[in-house]
Amino acid sequence: MNAKKASSAKVHENRGTPLVEMKDISIAFGGIKAVDHASIDLYPGEVVGLLGHNGAGKSTLIKILSGAYKRDHGEIFIEGKPVAINNPRDAKAQGIETIYQTLALADNVDAAANLYLGRELRTKFGTLDDVAMEAECRKVMGRLNPNFRRFKEPVKALSGGQRQSVAIARAIHFNARILIMDEPTAALGPQETAQVGELIKQLKAEGIGIFLISHDLHDVFDLADRLTVMKNGRVVGTAHTSDVDHDEVLGMIIAGKCPPNAIPGPGALRSAA
Amino acid sequence: MTAVDNTQNPARSDEGAIARFLRATEIDARMLGMVAALLIIWVGFDIYSGFLRDGEGLFGGSFLTPRNLWILLVQTSSIAVMTTGMVLIIVMRHIDLSVGSILGFTSVCIATMQVFWLGPMLGVGHPSIWIVTLILGLLLGGAIGAFHGTLIAYLGIPSFIVTLGGLIVWRGAAWAVIRGETVAPMDKNFKLIGGGISGITPGSIGATASWILGAVICAAIIYAIYNNRVQRKRFNFPQRPMWAEYFLAITGCILALGVTWLVNSYYWPKGVVDRYVQATGIEVPPEGINIAFGYSVPVLIAMGVGLGMSFLATRTRFGRYVYATGGNPEAAELAGVNTKKLTVMIFALMGVLAAISASISSARLDSATNALGQFDELYVIAAAVIGGTSLAGGLGTIYGAMLGALVMQSLQSGMTLLNFESATKDIVVGCVLVFAVFVDQVYRRRVK
Ligand SMILES: Nc1ncnc2c1ncn2[C@@H]1O[C@H](COP(=O)(O)OP(=O)(O)O)[C@@H](O)[C@H]1O
Ligand SMILES: [Mg+2]
Repeated sequence: MNAKKASSAKVHENRGTPLVEMKDISIAFGGIKAVDHASIDLYPGEVVGLLGHNGAGKSTLIKILSGAYKRDHGEIFIEGKPVAINNPRDAKAQGIETIYQTLALADNVDAAANLYLGRELRTKFGTLDDVAMEAECRKVMGRLNPNFRRFKEPVKALSGGQRQSVAIARAIHFNARILIMDEPTAALGPQETAQVGELIKQLKAEGIGIFLISHDLHDVFDLADRLTVMKNGRVVGTAHTSDVDHDEVLGMIIAGKCPPNAIPGPGALRSAA
Repeated sequence: MTAVDNTQNPARSDEGAIARFLRATEIDARMLGMVAALLIIWVGFDIYSGFLRDGEGLFGGSFLTPRNLWILLVQTSSIAVMTTGMVLIIVMRHIDLSVGSILGFTSVCIATMQVFWLGPMLGVGHPSIWIVTLILGLLLGGAIGAFHGTLIAYLGIPSFIVTLGGLIVWRGAAWAVIRGETVAPMDKNFKLIGGGISGITPGSIGATASWILGAVICAAIIYAIYNNRVQRKRFNFPQRPMWAEYFLAITGCILALGVTWLVNSYYWPKGVVDRYVQATGIEVPPEGINIAFGYSVPVLIAMGVGLGMSFLATRTRFGRYVYATGGNPEAAELAGVNTKKLTVMIFALMGVLAAISASISSARLDSATNALGQFDELYVIAAAVIGGTSLAGGLGTIYGAMLGALVMQSLQSGMTLLNFESATKDIVVGCVLVFAVFVDQVYRRRVK
C-alpha cells in the first residue's frame, strides 16, 4: 500500500514545476474557516477536478487564486515563483481566467460588453470600439453557441445556458494559461454539457491548466487527470483519477475517508490513514 | 456558415405597426412616452392659460410663445446640467443629496471671490475675473465631490448618509462664508453665463450664430447616422432599414432647426434695443429693429454638458464601467474594474457639475445667497427618475434625465404662469413624480 502511494507521489514529482501551486492556504469569514490549510497544484495541460459538498470551500479556494478574496495565510506559486495576487487584475495579469459559479455577469449590458469587461477594445481616439467588440463576440459565441443571436440585448434577457456561454467565452477568449471553471455546466443541457467537455479537452491539448469544479462525478472522471476532494474547508486528499474509483471518491466526499491510492490532506480521517 | 437571420431584433409575427416602427428605428418607447407627456403638458398649459387671458401662444394662451419657451429652456438648464451626473450616480446604486448645498456653497464662494477679492484686487470687471473664479469654483465643487466619494468608497459609509451630511454641512458652510448676506453684483462677464443681458451684451449668441449652430447639429446628426451605417457594414452586421434611417435623420434635423427657429423668434425687449442703439449709434430703419436672442449661454452649456456626458456614458470605458458596476458590482470588481476609484470619480464629476450649475444660477440672479439651490437635489433626483433612471441601479440615460428636467420645469413654469400658489405647485410636482414612476414600473413590467 505504502509503495503504491509512493509511486503515485513519484509520478507527480517527475513532471517538473507545477503551473500553479497553492500552499497551505487559509481564509476565514467571521469565525468560519472557509478554507483551512489547503494545498493544491496544477500542471500545464492538466485538468484537476475539485470535489466536495456544498460549503466545502471549493469556490472560496479558487476565488483566492482568481483574486476575488485575499487569503489570510499561505502562498501561491505560478511556475515555481511566488506571486502576489491581491485582486482580480493581478490574477488576470498572470493569465488566470475564471468562470465563476455565479457567472459574474453585468446583467444590464450586452454579451460583447461582458466579454470585454475590464479590457475593452478601443478606437484610435480612445473611445469604445463597440462594433469591433461585437464582431469578436459574434465569432467566439459562434463557436460556443452557434444559435446565439441576441447580441444587442442585456444578458439578463438571456437563458441560463446562453449566459453560461457568455461567461465561458469571456474566460477562454484572452489566452488564459490557467483556467478555473466553477460548475461551468450547472445551467446547461446535456448537449451543451458535452460541448463544454469537448472544449475542455481542446484547451487541455493546447497546454492550458484547468481547475474544474463539478458536482458530476462522471464529468470529473471523464475529463480530469487528477482530483482533489475538500470537506469543511480542508483537503481530504488528492489522487489520479485512474487510481481511484467512484465509491472511493464518494467516501472521500461524504466521510472524508482517504483511500490508499490517494495522497491524504489535513482533512483526511485519521483512522483511515 | 449557416443561414443567419440578418435582422437586429428579429421581427415577430404578432407585433403591430407601432412595435415594428419602434424596433426598426430603435427608438425607446419610454422616450416616446415622455415626449408625448411633454407635448400634452405644453398644449394643456397653453390652452388653459388662454382661458384666463388671451396670449400669443399657439393655442391662444401664453405658454407656447417663443418668449416663454426660451425662458423655460434657460430655467431648465441648471437642473439639467446636474441631472446628467445624478444619472451616473444612481446608475452606480448611489445617491447624492448634497448637490443643492454644493451649489449654494460654491456659488457664495465664487461671488465672494469676485466681489471681495479679485474685484478690488484687479479692478471691477477685469477680463480675467470670470474665468479665474469659474475655474476655482469648478475645482472646489470637484474637490467636495471627491471628498464625499472617498468617504463612500474607501470608508464604506453609505452614500445616502455621507451626502445627507453634505447637504447640511455645505449649506451651513455657505452661511458661514457670507453670514447670511446677499453678495452682489457678479462680475459683468460672468453674468453672461446666466443668459441675461449685461449692459448691452446679451448672454446669448444671436440669430446668425444660432442658425449656424443649428446647421452644424443637423450635419452632426446625419454624419452620426451615416457613420453608424458604415461601421456596421464594415463588419457585415444587420442594419436599420433605409426608411428608418431617413426618418431618424429628418426628425432630428427638424427638431434641431425648429428649436433654433424658436430661440431666434424671441427678441430683445424694447428698452435694451434703445440702449443698444444709443450706445452703438446705428441707423434705425423706420419699421424699428428686432434683435433675436438666439441660443442662450446656459442652454448652450446644458447642451454641451449633455453631449459630453452622453459621450462619457456610452462611448468611453469610464461610462461602460459605471453601467456594469451598477448592473452587478461584484461582477465588475471580478472583471478587474476598480469600483472604488470609479465611485470617487463619479462623485467628483457630480461636484463639478453642481459647480457649473452654481455658476449658471448665481450669474442668472446676478447675486449669491446661502439659500441658492435649496431643494435642488430633490428636483435633480426627480428629473433623473422621471427620465427613466432606475433607483435599483444599472439603468438610465442622460438624454432621458434631461428630458425629465424639462418636464419638471415645464410643470413649474406653467403653474407659475397660471398664478398657482407655490404650495399647490409643490403638491402637484410631488404627485407627478410618484405617478411618473408608477407608470414607468407598469410599463417595465409589461415589457417583460
Ligand atoms: N463571502 C463570504 N462571506 C461569508 N462566508 C462565506 C463567504 N463565502 C463563502 N463563505 C462560507 O465559506 C464556506 C465555503 O463556501 P464555498 O467556498 O462557497 O463552498 P463550495 O463552493 O465548496 O460549495 C461556506 O460555509 C460559506 O458559507
Ligand atoms: Mg461553490
